[in-house]
Amino acid sequence: MSLDIELTDVHLRYGSTEALAGLSLRLEADTICGLLGRNGSGKTSLMSLLASLRRPDAGTVRIGGRDPFEDAELMSRVALIGEGGSDPTDNVADVLRSAALLRPSWDAGYAARLLDRFEVPRRKAIASLSRGKRAALGVTCGLAARAEITMFDETHLGMDAPSRYAFYDELLADYLEHPRTVILSTHHVEEVASLFAQVVIIDRGRLLVHDDTDEVRARGTQVTGPADAVDRFTAGVTVLGRRDLGRTRAAALYGTLTPERRRQAREAGLDIGPMPLQDLFVHLTADTEKEQS
Amino acid sequence: MTGFDDRSPIYLQIAEQIETGILRGELRPEEQVMSTNQYAAHYRINPATAAKAFQRLVDDGVLYKKRGIGMFVSPDAPDRLRARRRERFFAEVLEPMVAEAAAIGIPLDDVIRRIERIREEDAR
Repeated sequence: MSLDIELTDVHLRYGSTEALAGLSLRLEADTICGLLGRNGSGKTSLMSLLASLRRPDAGTVRIGGRDPFEDAELMSRVALIGEGGSDPTDNVADVLRSAALLRPSWDAGYAARLLDRFEVPRRKAIASLSRGKRAALGVTCGLAARAEITMFDETHLGMDAPSRYAFYDELLADYLEHPRTVILSTHHVEEVASLFAQVVIIDRGRLLVHDDTDEVRARGTQVTGPADAVDRFTAGVTVLGRRDLGRTRAAALYGTLTPERRRQAREAGLDIGPMPLQDLFVHLTADTEKEQS
Repeated sequence: MTGFDDRSPIYLQIAEQIETGILRGELRPEEQVMSTNQYAAHYRINPATAAKAFQRLVDDGVLYKKRGIGMFVSPDAPDRLRARRRERFFAEVLEPMVAEAAAIGIPLDDVIRRIERIREEDAR
């Protein structure tokens, strides 16, 4: 039974804060999915529902058609790796031992190879590890669990760039050998975006975007040229942002351009280029603060 | 992180790389191309993206699938690709060049003279 994920109109509150406000999302099994959102947008809340650490106040969560809450068999197949999480007095070997007990799919040999690759000392207490090594231990536990749904909640944030790239390589290589659902939330959008088959963007507890990564990329277009020509071209379409340099204006458009529109732009002497995913994300979620304050 | 630029979707860039390889003779008709997984691992991209590039090339008749074995270059792929790139040449290479020449004030007669000189040199 493949573990498709289906959330329907899910609400989750912490006191007066509405962390998830009617979020609906379907994820097919065995894809690598990037989960993007600003701080406080509800990414961690969403993942803790899937890991059944919480139950929604309203709406339904289904994994492989089942309600995951207090379903121990299902939960042994779902892993959520946060930034910290382990008991700080344990040492690395203890953490691996309990992971092995918890997870029927645990691969101890792979865990050992990963610890060597990330140079994590085995005998040290978690509390005495550097932030980067703690993150590497988290990544190791997440990968070696081989859980059918594996979620990394900014796990690799504390790793330096070479270690992060080593993590991306390992993630991809192991995914190719053992396809499974991977949900990765990150602020390093651009460096990892090419690994994502799909991108989910949530904002203020709601789903903003969910599509194939290439489709999401194609939604952002940058139009650059003389200000008046740019304005004529962008009249009546959604403009996410504008920046001026002298009389040159760069406008960020939302929506895919038809070949006809592209031709018009060329004839008007405008430069057309795609927007990096990170920029698109920034534009789409930038008004959060304004509206809240 | 992949050596791809932001100018177009990655799957299109992969498809173009394979096409260029065929046009240059680095990939010959009936030769097997790398698998989606090999592409994914090599370029650090999701295998679904690599699969999308292959699917496009299959749809265009550039590659064909042998079930259970893999992807192969179609016998007529070089001819097909040359024909398609010829169609694109004027719109994508020549017209922008003419526009650039106009923008920086190079008379078209100068451009034509230069092309004729190159042709004479090549003929020798």
